[in-house]
Amino acid sequence: MSASIHSGSNRIPGAGRLTPAKTVRFTFDGQSLTGLEGDTLASALLANGIHLVGRSFKYHRPRGILSAGSEEPNALVDIERDKSRKQPNVRATVQEIYDGLRVKSQNRWPSLTFDVGALGDVFSPMLPAGFYYKTFMWPKFAWKSIYEPRIRAAAGLGVTPGEPDTDRYSNRFAHCDVLVVGAGAAGLTAALSAASTGANVIICDEQAEPGGALRYESDVIIDGVPGFEWAVAAIAKLCAMDNVTVLTRTTAFGYYAQNFVGLVERISDHLSNPASDMPRERLWQIRAKKVVLATGAIERQMVFANNDRPGVMLASAARIFLNQYGVAIGRKVGVYTSNDSAYAAAIDLKRAGIDVPVIVDTRDNPTPAVVDAARSLDIEVLTGHAVFSAGGKRRVSSMSIQPTRGGSERKVAVDALIMSGGWTPSVHLFSQSRGKVAWDAANERFLPGTYAQDCVSIGACNGTDGLQATLDEAFGAGGGKGKTVVATGGTDWIGGMIGSAPGAGANTTVKAFVDFQNDVTAKDVRLAVREGMHSIEHVKRFTTNGMATDQGKTSNLHGLAIAAEALNRPIPAVGLTTFRAPFTPVTFGAIVNHARHDLFDPTRRTPMHGWHQTQGAAFEDVGQWKRAWYYPQAGEDMHTAVNRECVAVRNQAGIFDASTLGKIEVVGPDSAKFLELLYTNPWEKLGIGRLRYGIMLREDGFIYDDGVVGRLAEDRFHVTTTTGGAPRVMHHMEDYLQTEFPHLDVWLTSTTEQWAVIAVQGPRAREIIAPLVEGIDMSNEAMPHMSVREGTICGVPTRLFRMSFTGETGYEINVPSDYGRAVWEAVYERGKPLGLTPYGTEAMHILRAEKGYIIVGQDTDGTVTPQDAGLTWAIGKNKTDYVGIRGLLRRDLVANGRKQLVGLKTVDPTTVLEEGAQIVANPNQPVPMTMIGHVTSSYWSENCGRSIALALVIDGSKRLGETLYVPMPNGVIEVEVTGTVFFDEKGERLNG
Amino acid sequence: MLLIKCPYCEEERPELEFRNAGEAHLVRANPIIEQSDDDFAGFLYFRQNPKGLQFERWRHIHGCGRFFNAVRDSVSDKFLTVYKAGEPRPDVSTLLSPAAAEPAEPPVTKRPRAKKVEVSQ
Repeated sequence: MSASIHSGSNRIPGAGRLTPAKTVRFTFDGQSLTGLEGDTLASALLANGIHLVGRSFKYHRPRGILSAGSEEPNALVDIERDKSRKQPNVRATVQEIYDGLRVKSQNRWPSLTFDVGALGDVFSPMLPAGFYYKTFMWPKFAWKSIYEPRIRAAAGLGVTPGEPDTDRYSNRFAHCDVLVVGAGAAGLTAALSAASTGANVIICDEQAEPGGALRYESDVIIDGVPGFEWAVAAIAKLCAMDNVTVLTRTTAFGYYAQNFVGLVERISDHLSNPASDMPRERLWQIRAKKVVLATGAIERQMVFANNDRPGVMLASAARIFLNQYGVAIGRKVGVYTSNDSAYAAAIDLKRAGIDVPVIVDTRDNPTPAVVDAARSLDIEVLTGHAVFSAGGKRRVSSMSIQPTRGGSERKVAVDALIMSGGWTPSVHLFSQSRGKVAWDAANERFLPGTYAQDCVSIGACNGTDGLQATLDEAFGAGGGKGKTVVATGGTDWIGGMIGSAPGAGANTTVKAFVDFQNDVTAKDVRLAVREGMHSIEHVKRFTTNGMATDQGKTSNLHGLAIAAEALNRPIPAVGLTTFRAPFTPVTFGAIVNHARHDLFDPTRRTPMHGWHQTQGAAFEDVGQWKRAWYYPQAGEDMHTAVNRECVAVRNQAGIFDASTLGKIEVVGPDSAKFLELLYTNPWEKLGIGRLRYGIMLREDGFIYDDGVVGRLAEDRFHVTTTTGGAPRVMHHMEDYLQTEFPHLDVWLTSTTEQWAVIAVQGPRAREIIAPLVEGIDMSNEAMPHMSVREGTICGVPTRLFRMSFTGETGYEINVPSDYGRAVWEAVYERGKPLGLTPYGTEAMHILRAEKGYIIVGQDTDGTVTPQDAGLTWAIGKNKTDYVGIRGLLRRDLVANGRKQLVGLKTVDPTTVLEEGAQIVANPNQPVPMTMIGHVTSSYWSENCGRSIALALVIDGSKRLGETLYVPMPNGVIEVEVTGTVFFDEKGERLNG
Repeated sequence: MLLIKCPYCEEERPELEFRNAGEAHLVRANPIIEQSDDDFAGFLYFRQNPKGLQFERWRHIHGCGRFFNAVRDSVSDKFLTVYKAGEPRPDVSTLLSPAAAEPAEPPVTKRPRAKKVEVSQ
């Protein structure tokens, strides 16, 4: 016996291109099998006589292998390398086998051969298209809780992996003059032609081997050599050229605007032990000057009863399995066709020693030459006949033949049945490029019509028939000089039929499948039309035709033809559903790529971050920033630590890292004028060395941002923004400066990361830092609250702000970032004996709330005006223009009944309200209650010895002293409306 | 991903470097404080959102930082032209003439008439 026997009993010695000695071991549902290096899972299973590989989506019918390519709707399996590297819904026709490959079938229980769910097939007359939509309507709540989960469990594909994917994925951008998609005869010729002009060329093909149809066409001679040999030589020639990149196992899945094409290269899915540093897939994002689409055509099935039985297969697939992999799909193979191309398959099989009892052709007068060729090999040819049904269950066992015009039935025993309904040009990528397809009525197919991008289709996907015509067209598309090579042989792409075959037409109830994966039959499509779906888009959604992972590559045209017939309208009038990316499923890993974990989003850290870490600080995320949240000491929980920090600031002093505040340097002779226009406040008269709290509005009058602005010179301002608002404030300022006020001579520079900011706040603040500062008179008279001075601290240049976000005497020390940590440590060493305590953002929030200082984005929400927030004083009364001035005059913004910021004190001082809680005036009203406001900030204040809260309440400023209610799940909380300042109402401590 | 030409850098750069900034040629009234409610509402809220040619603003935010205007077909995403902020709205009819369209966009090729083929059926 030859070695090939060991790789499957259906391996035919001498056939195919694999090496018999190179065997590969793999398992299918635990069964140990042997295949050959270069096999796909499908060819290896067939070599071992296995046709039954899965169960269908809805009826759990046994399913086999329909195709030999990426259009496969049936043979979906689960591949598992380990627990985290699992991939469901892998097409067996695409997956290459490797030593140790573990494959499991899907959608069956308890086993593939005995599947309980297959009862669904018995009851299938009760499960027509739209059944679920119509049946599981009542009671309404049951859909989400009962019906949907159970239906999803029964009707499903593979199971998603339960653990994070540990594979690596890589990403590459590329530019080229010509991108050729498809390395068949057309694509290779176009690439050679383009490369000969010196153009930069990228050519990709989804298969491991080049050649496309040349892999199975047995009689093609190109340039004097057999077609496949020519293809291998062509690829070798292209690989050797410096201006060409050849990508195999690479699918062009998406065609986007301006010739931007997305490709996925599968790098290690076919390897037994991929190196640990090897990516699994590589995403290519290619911008091409010109795209050449050589995507070929996809063979359609014949739509007849039980056309889904395992062993019923596309004719071209049988040829690939034989001529590429040396595998016989059966020993007695029937043929059912409506065009010439299946005859070539029958002849190849017969010549390989396989019994081909009969070719059934629906046509009355097929091309005489192909019929004669078949008959000369003693194959019976029945013209004007149809296969009305396939027999068998887990494997086809017979075909029932009748004349198309009716007559007696004849049954022929077979163990495989190949079929060809004709060829559908693969216009997916062309359609994705927003090109418009045109209906070729003579050949019943959609072809590229009007192009939207610099792109050209060649060969079978362009409806070009005949090998020589294809090569000529491809050579021209590549732009090369000279003549193309001479070619003979090959089958044509024309002819065939669309829609249901005889015996599965209107008024029949047989199960003739249109969409295998979604279990859509011809009668389902007709039912959809009867139920009133008159647009193909509606038919598609009602039946789910073409919505599976294969996106209807074999089914779209059949479904369309059946719908058109039922509607009695021409096919172009019914229309084609839209082709969308991706062409074949793309893994999330390839798309997410490096953007995972630490690389998902940048993390920003302040210059003092390391110090906070050494102090054991807890951090919180504020946008991309990591901010010190609180500094727990031994035995402290968050609450205790925060209370200690708050008390220390009011009694001694605290030190706080404010470096994340946004900072913008506004410079130029018109700086003050510019700020007048961007902020509500007046700026022209702000003295040099003075600070002012500014409010920025949007044009609609609502608060956009706030911050303290210092004037350092006549023409220089140091603007601060909120931490989260810095980028958008800069964008907003640039927008107005460039487009609305371009006459102003102003320069804006983001300086957020140039300054480290150390806030020292509390009654001992001046005492702590004064000895470190040189060149600045820090006395209360010389440097009052809201002033800025330049000098040095610890010998480092500083902009020293006297300001406060705590209500205490306070300073914000700005030093160049590189000195931030050194100055911080010096200040801390100096202040520690005086009680200086580091405090984090949580204490900062409480301290500012005790003073009623708002946080934009917490106490405001994009619908709050300065008046609503109690900040009317910050609006320049005599100003005639600033962004938002007109918005503030809008009727609704000046009307009564607006929500205004107030303080809330719970009647029980120990109760802390929940932020976001709703407020009502009468807690005894029926549900749903009228809500008159909500809590925006709420804390326990150790300094006040009680809880405090800020809230937005309708007409809040008129409600001071009123009692309102906060209904919560555990009962109603009674609150008193107060002013917003809870501590040091007169503000005397600021000037200490 | 679109390729966008920045009229300041005079270069085509990937969309990642840009940020769309909404409809172009919205005029902020001067003095805005005297604008009527209806006119202000139009300025603040009402946008064209046409199917077809739209005038829009972009900022080359990760490049030169400048705001500029563009004419883009919202159906095909094709840019007909880009121009600097403050320059007048270009004449659409000139943009649509074949001569003007040539440099901004690839030529629209039409497939040759389908060859007549003998159908054996």
